[in-house]
Amino acid sequence: MDGGEIRMTNLLSHNAQWVLLSMLILGMAAGIMGCFAYWKRQSLMSDALSHAALPGVVIGFAILGVKNLPVMIAGAAASALLGALLIQWIRSSSRVKEDAAMGIVLSVFFGLGIMLLTFVGRMAGASQSGLDSFIFGQAASMVRKDVFTMTGLALLVLFVAIIAFKEWKLFLFDPHFAKGLGLSSRWMNSVYLAILVLVIVIGIQAVGVILMAALLIIPAVSARYWTNSFKWMVVLSALFGGGAGMAGTLISTFGKGWPTGPFIVIAASSLFMVSLAFGLRKGLLLMFLQQRAQKKQLGQQLSNQSVLERG
Amino acid sequence: MLPALSVNGLSASYQKNKVLDDVNFDVNPGTLTSIVGPNGAGKSTLLKVMLDLHPKLSGSVSYFDSTYYKVKSRVGYVPQRGSVDWDFPTNALDVVMMGLYGQIGWLRWPKRIHREKAMNALDKMGMADYAGRQISQLSGGQQQRVFLARALVQDADLYFLDEPLAGVDAATERAIMDTLKTLKSNGRTVMVVHHDLQTVEDYFDHVLLLNRTVVANGSTNEIFTKENIFRTYGGSLRWMGEKSG
Amino acid sequence: MSYTGWILLTASLVGLSCGFIGVLLILRRMAMMADAISHTVLIGIVVAFLVTRELGGVHMLIGAIAAGLLTAVLVQWFHSRGVQQEASIGVVFTTLFAVGVVLIATEVGNVHLDVKHTLMGEITFIPWEKIELPWVGAIPEAVFILFLVLLVVLVTILAFYKEWKITSFDPALAASLGIPVLLMHYVFMSLVSVTTVAAFDAVGAIMVVAMLITPAAAAYLWTDRLSIMLLLSGSFGVLSAIMGYYIAAWLDTSISGSMAFSTGIVFMISFLCSPKHGILAKSIRPSMSA
Repeated sequence: MDGGEIRMTNLLSHNAQWVLLSMLILGMAAGIMGCFAYWKRQSLMSDALSHAALPGVVIGFAILGVKNLPVMIAGAAASALLGALLIQWIRSSSRVKEDAAMGIVLSVFFGLGIMLLTFVGRMAGASQSGLDSFIFGQAASMVRKDVFTMTGLALLVLFVAIIAFKEWKLFLFDPHFAKGLGLSSRWMNSVYLAILVLVIVIGIQAVGVILMAALLIIPAVSARYWTNSFKWMVVLSALFGGGAGMAGTLISTFGKGWPTGPFIVIAASSLFMVSLAFGLRKGLLLMFLQQRAQKKQLGQQLSNQSVLERG
Repeated sequence: MLPALSVNGLSASYQKNKVLDDVNFDVNPGTLTSIVGPNGAGKSTLLKVMLDLHPKLSGSVSYFDSTYYKVKSRVGYVPQRGSVDWDFPTNALDVVMMGLYGQIGWLRWPKRIHREKAMNALDKMGMADYAGRQISQLSGGQQQRVFLARALVQDADLYFLDEPLAGVDAATERAIMDTLKTLKSNGRTVMVVHHDLQTVEDYFDHVLLLNRTVVANGSTNEIFTKENIFRTYGGSLRWMGEKSG
Repeated sequence: MSYTGWILLTASLVGLSCGFIGVLLILRRMAMMADAISHTVLIGIVVAFLVTRELGGVHMLIGAIAAGLLTAVLVQWFHSRGVQQEASIGVVFTTLFAVGVVLIATEVGNVHLDVKHTLMGEITFIPWEKIELPWVGAIPEAVFILFLVLLVVLVTILAFYKEWKITSFDPALAASLGIPVLLMHYVFMSLVSVTTVAAFDAVGAIMVVAMLITPAAAAYLWTDRLSIMLLLSGSFGVLSAIMGYYIAAWLDTSISGSMAFSTGIVFMISFLCSPKHGILAKSIRPSMSA
């Protein structure tokens, strides 16, 4: 798609190592935020927001006329936040439900993004090629400065998520109670939205707007199959996310011009499949064994139930 | 007398928890029964399992000495008011007509006679003036009356109602109970999930005390005793009888 | 008919079909399911292509319906195993879509299928690919297919109108009346898949999502009657298509992108100005809403 893959042809190149490291950290940050989003029941919100970021990316590009990651991230964040506010506004002040509001923002913003992309692409000519990678992601197209920007911001997200871990837990589980303890839910909500948007927009260049949500959703759901503890769910999800980020990036360097995003998603899905089959909590194998045991138990119960119940 | 409803050894679970365990009871035709029990006793689940809306683990349910699927049209159900989206683009009359969809059958459109039947039922519930009103613009009590009117047009022999009196005004409560009593005197059988212990004796001639399994079942006079209620609710009950005398 | 005429007709047919289907999607709270299916039909198309080495026609439709149903079944299955509905949609569609993209990037790419096309469609090529029909003469293939799909959508919705209404409004009651709620669900998912795949070729996945959800949501703000909501939604779809085309022509930009954007304009106007549920109307008489 662009010159990026040339830089990545040598796997052991210095740049490639940096890219892999940054994908690990991005994946971890996304995995943690994915858990937060899961328990806020907003998994698909991340999908809507990543699509909604596209117009901002393009406008950020159009303003400078060259690809400059910090500016594009700022544009993406602004546009994703606008999308989030619109969803909130539509949902709270009309009869349109949240799912429809998300669908509207997702598709209309993306449509606008495509309009702008086509428009800018014609004006700026060939230099637009870098923009295409924002749709499916090209981790390889990142230069050293981009890698540092991305890693720094991902570390910031990790820091905010970890430093207030118990507050987040309370906020996600029981916001009313959290409020009673003096945690302003308004404030927590704003910070939550801010770091959610941040992790989405920094992931866009590597994973792409269309599949970025997967890096938040899939590791969290996979982690859910292993544990009932929120802490361990977050830890596992971070590991899965980081692993998928690295593995997917690595695989995508094997082919010429292969997009990164889809491979990261497939790596994450493979981990999900393993979790689904062998997970220690509601994994298929376990469920099967349990069900057999339960049936046996039920048979026994039927024979002496009346004694048990009336007692 | 052949029972209208006969439940044998019914068990069901919700997610992993067993919420119904070996439920057995019979209901005679022409009775008005309340299902009473603490939160989580499985009252709503019992209705859903009997209507095959929720899977059962074991046991059987027979209606009029037959299976549910053979007598489906003779069974009416009024779900909890919270179970539907009241923003749905439809009006009160239309909701009542939905009760007739089973009779109208596939590929046929409702006709004037159905409209009249629905109007009639709304009228019986004192809701004729609201026929064209969008349903979200009705009060909670009015919504419940619409639901009841919808059950009436089904012209069933056996009715299940899930908490029809929850959160309704006094006038609606009276209208609903009058309707249920009329149904009963016409030989219909009515089962109501009910949460207000204080009104059980006034409203219902039979009571089914449920807490995962049947604690007691029979005529209200005999069954609805302090002792049985304690057995149903365990320690969780603050008996309001003392207070209200 | 002129070139512009064919494009407008194609887009309007998409707007009508999607508008009608969208009403049921909104009322069944399955808007994001449409988003999911519009992505996963890609894998159906790719697999159909890999098997038959042919693009278009019946295989594609069958592949797409299969992919759509697979999505619906998988989402339902994960949900029944304790994964939140939303999350399970997210897992299923991103995975299937990623597999589709990877297959295109590695196996079948550069033939006739490319990812950009499936996302954004190529409505500008539609008028060139004509087929010869008896009596009618030469018309673009896409117009013919979209017309058939519209017919199927209309017939299915009208024939089972009251069943759609009751299963959307109160599935528990519907089931107790003997209406096969689950079967209706899967029929509906098939309908969404067919509409999506037919529209896909013309306008791409993203505009399908816009056309499915946004006009119907706008119509929802204007009326309290299902029949009128259907009519309005279809009209809004057509209106957005036409408006989008002229905006695109004016700015010389992506047609499907600008049609998607136009649905947003129609929605925003409804959101602000609808006399029943609009923001302005509410702020004028704030006490009215119950």
